[in-house]
Order: sequence, then C-alpha cells, then structure tokens
Amino acid sequence: MVSLGFNRIMDNFSKYRSLLSELVRRDIKIKYRRSVLGVLWSLLDPLLNMIVLTIVFSTLFHRIDNYPIYYLSAMLAYTLFRSGSTQAMRSIISSSGIWKVVYVPKYLYVLSGVLSNFVTYVISLVILFAIMFVLQVKFTVFILFASLPILILIVMTIGVGLIMATLNVFFRDIEHLYGVFCTLLMYAMPIFYPEDILPASFRFIQVYNPVYQVIKALRDCFLYGQLYSYYSILYSAFFAVLFLAIGLFMFYKLQDKFILYV
Amino acid sequence: MSDDVVISVKDVSMEFNLSQEKTDNLKEYVIKALKRELRFQSFWALEDISFEIKKGDKVGVVGLNGAGKSTLLKIISGVMKPTIGTVDIHGNIAPLLALGAGFDPNYTGHENIFFYGAILGHTREFMESKYDEIVEFSEVGDFIDVPLKNYSSGMRSRLAFSIATAVNPEILILDEILSVGDVSFQEKSKKRMNSMTEGDATLLFVSHSVAMVRNMCDKAIWLHEGHLMAQGEVNDVCNQYVDFVQNKLKLFKDE
Repeated sequence: MVSLGFNRIMDNFSKYRSLLSELVRRDIKIKYRRSVLGVLWSLLDPLLNMIVLTIVFSTLFHRIDNYPIYYLSAMLAYTLFRSGSTQAMRSIISSSGIWKVVYVPKYLYVLSGVLSNFVTYVISLVILFAIMFVLQVKFTVFILFASLPILILIVMTIGVGLIMATLNVFFRDIEHLYGVFCTLLMYAMPIFYPEDILPASFRFIQVYNPVYQVIKALRDCFLYGQLYSYYSILYSAFFAVLFLAIGLFMFYKLQDKFILYV
Repeated sequence: MSDDVVISVKDVSMEFNLSQEKTDNLKEYVIKALKRELRFQSFWALEDISFEIKKGDKVGVVGLNGAGKSTLLKIISGVMKPTIGTVDIHGNIAPLLALGAGFDPNYTGHENIFFYGAILGHTREFMESKYDEIVEFSEVGDFIDVPLKNYSSGMRSRLAFSIATAVNPEILILDEILSVGDVSFQEKSKKRMNSMTEGDATLLFVSHSVAMVRNMCDKAIWLHEGHLMAQGEVNDVCNQYVDFVQNKLKLFKDE
C-alpha cells in the first residue's frame, strides 16, 4: 500500500517535472524583469551590503580576519534560508488562482520558491569567490565539501517552507510573525559579529541553532579552508530531516483543505 | 468493476463551511476557541452522488444554478477532494475549465504556451512538437511575441483554447466554453471539439442549454440542490428536467 502511494507520487512528479522548471524559470525572470542590470543585482545586492558592513564593522571587530568573507559566507546562506522559506510560505496563497481551477501538485510551488532562491545563491557565490580572490584567501579543496551543508540548508528550507506555507493558509498572521522571527534569527547568529561577543551563558543560542550550524560549516569551507565539525553537520542534518518530515506530514495531511480556506 | 468504466463516482458528498466571519486570524481563532464560539455553518453542496461513466460515453450534466454541477466537475478533475466518498479516474483527463487560468500576463504568448502547457502536465518537448499547430490554430499571428497583457480578450481565450485542445485526451471535461472568439473561430472550435469527442473519447459536459446537451451527449445526469435526481439516456433525463423547470415556472407565475 505504502509503496503504491509512493509510486503514484513519483509518477505524478515526473508528469509535472516540467512545471517545476517552468516555475523556477519564471520566478527568476520575474525578479529581474524591467531591471536594466537584471541578474547582476544578485551580485550587487550582497556586494553593496558587504561594503557598508565592512566599513562599519571591520574596525570594530578587527579581530576578524578577512571580514568580507566572514560576513558574505554567512549572509548568503542566511539569505537563501530566509528568502527561500518566505517565498515558499507565500507561494500557496499567491498561486491560488491556478490550483483552485486546475489540478496541479501544490507542493511544486513550495519547491520552486526554494529552488529559485538556490539559483540566486549559486549566482551570488560568484561574488564570494571574486572577493576571496581579491583578498587572496586560499581556495582549498574544502570548497567542494561545501556542497553537503548547502544540501542540508536546502532540505531545511524546504521543510520550514512546507510548514510555514501550510500554517499560512489557515492563519495569515503567520506571514508577519515569520518575518519578525527571521529578523530575530539573523541578529541571534554571529553573521556580522564574532562568535565570542556573546557571554558564555548565551552561547547555547549558537550551539543549538541548526541554521547557524550550517553557516558555521560553510564558513569552515570557504573562509578557514578546513573540514567542518561532525557536530555541525549531524546536528543540522538531523533538524533538516525533522523539519522536512514535519512539513511533508502537515502539508499532505491538510492540502485538501487549502481550497476551503483560501 | 468492469474494465471500461473510466469515471467512477461513489457516495460522494461535499461539505462547505459557511461561517459568516472567516477566522483566519490567529488571535481571533484562539479567543473564539477559548470562548467556544467557533461556529461552523455547514452546507452540503453534494450529497451521496454515485454514478459510473463508461469509455466513450458522452455525458451531459444539467441542473439549475447552485445544483452542484461545478463542484462535481472540480471533484472529478481533482481540484477538490470530496468530504465523503471516492472518485476513481482511469485514463488521462483534460479539464477544459477556466481556460487560460494559468496564463502569466507578463509572459509573451510564446512563453505562455510552454507555461500553460506545463500547468496542464505536458513536457516542454511535447509542447514544442505542438507549438506550430497551436500558433496557427489560435490565429494570434505576430502577437505571439507580445506580452499577454497586451492581448485582446478574444486573442487570449483563442490562445488558451488552442493550447488546451492540442492534446487528444481520453476524458474531456467541458464547461460551456464553446463561445470562444468571433463567429469564424467558434465554427473552428466547434469542429475541433467534434473531432475530439468522436471515437472512443469520453466526454463530460456541463451546460445550462438543454438543446446543446441533447445535441452533444448520449447520456445525462440531472443534479438538483446537491442531489442526483436522474441519470440515464439523454432525452429521458432532459425531458424530466425540462418538465421540472416548467412546473417551477408555472408555480412562480401562479403566485
């Protein structure tokens, strides 16, 4: 019975595979429509932020070597998580005009929200590498190892996106609440300040934060040129799978009711 | 169940919640739940509907406004899940409902052909193979490279019709869409509809026009306020339905 259901889901997925790629393509096209610089904004946005923050903070936190890389390696990952899950959260409601009249697998909208942000992330890695080159940060083999934490981050973002999208159908407050939560999350993590700025009694915010553990692993790969700790990977992977499981469970349990609430 | 049943609807009921104020606000929800004020006014749009459609059947669905026709079609096309009961579909289904709902106004006609095709579950390669045929049939000409928001409504619906009917589906669901475009395009679309429903394709057709149902279908289903009143041979059912409507009109006049 279970395998039968699984086969049906896979059949359905392969039928609508092209819809997923069309949706991702459209997300990216729409983002840069009517902008002169187009996709360059994916590079300029983090670059400009980085310049401002480097000017402001690199003197304050002069203990941090290569501050621009320290900031960018974390901020790009955080942006992937935040924009991906936020877009996924809104995707079900914003696409209601379609799935209310034509049958389409609704989770594709959640998935495409995350994947289009992943494409932006990959593009913006160009700026990270360019600045690593300028600052003469060593390119090590560990950059290739970054694919594992990135994968974990994507799974985590999809999981959180599914949970938030489901909740958002029933309670529109979630959208605002989640925005506030994400901002708090950003300030709670050492993205633009050094880790040891927090007193030891508050260190648990970093240690038990799955998003930060991914960021830490990515920093190890890009900035420090070393292998991440097992703890970072296992802890964040555990939460990524957990969020995905909860998200899938909620979404599949409640998706037939979406149409009655949107 | 015999092999040639393509649509089987069993004991289907559909409930809607018509609470006066929708509680989609977390704070309100919690307060109302605590006060036990979460009232649900339920409304059954369909009650205990069962029927089977065999391969090659042309079935018309008739009924007054609010009879549950659209709800039934939405359930059969998979947009809604029934509250109770099951629907089994064998074969690929092409619902020609709400044509062009998947269009993106910022996309050009060209981009929309692939986008709308993907929404209907077709691959890019498949749409490429049908591309020329779609463009030609839709008669949009040079406008194919213009964003859809600059289309006239007629061009829009012609393009939508051409994309949706580019396939040869086994099951076709129609909701009075034959009045697309101008007179000459209507002729063309009628021709295409006829060629699609010829042979062993199954047709499910919803219409207010009894004449059209008699013309296109060989069987019919009559729904009234969520109940299945009659099903069977098209003229039988249509006669009953017409009698019912005329009686109702008479009562109305007498009052």
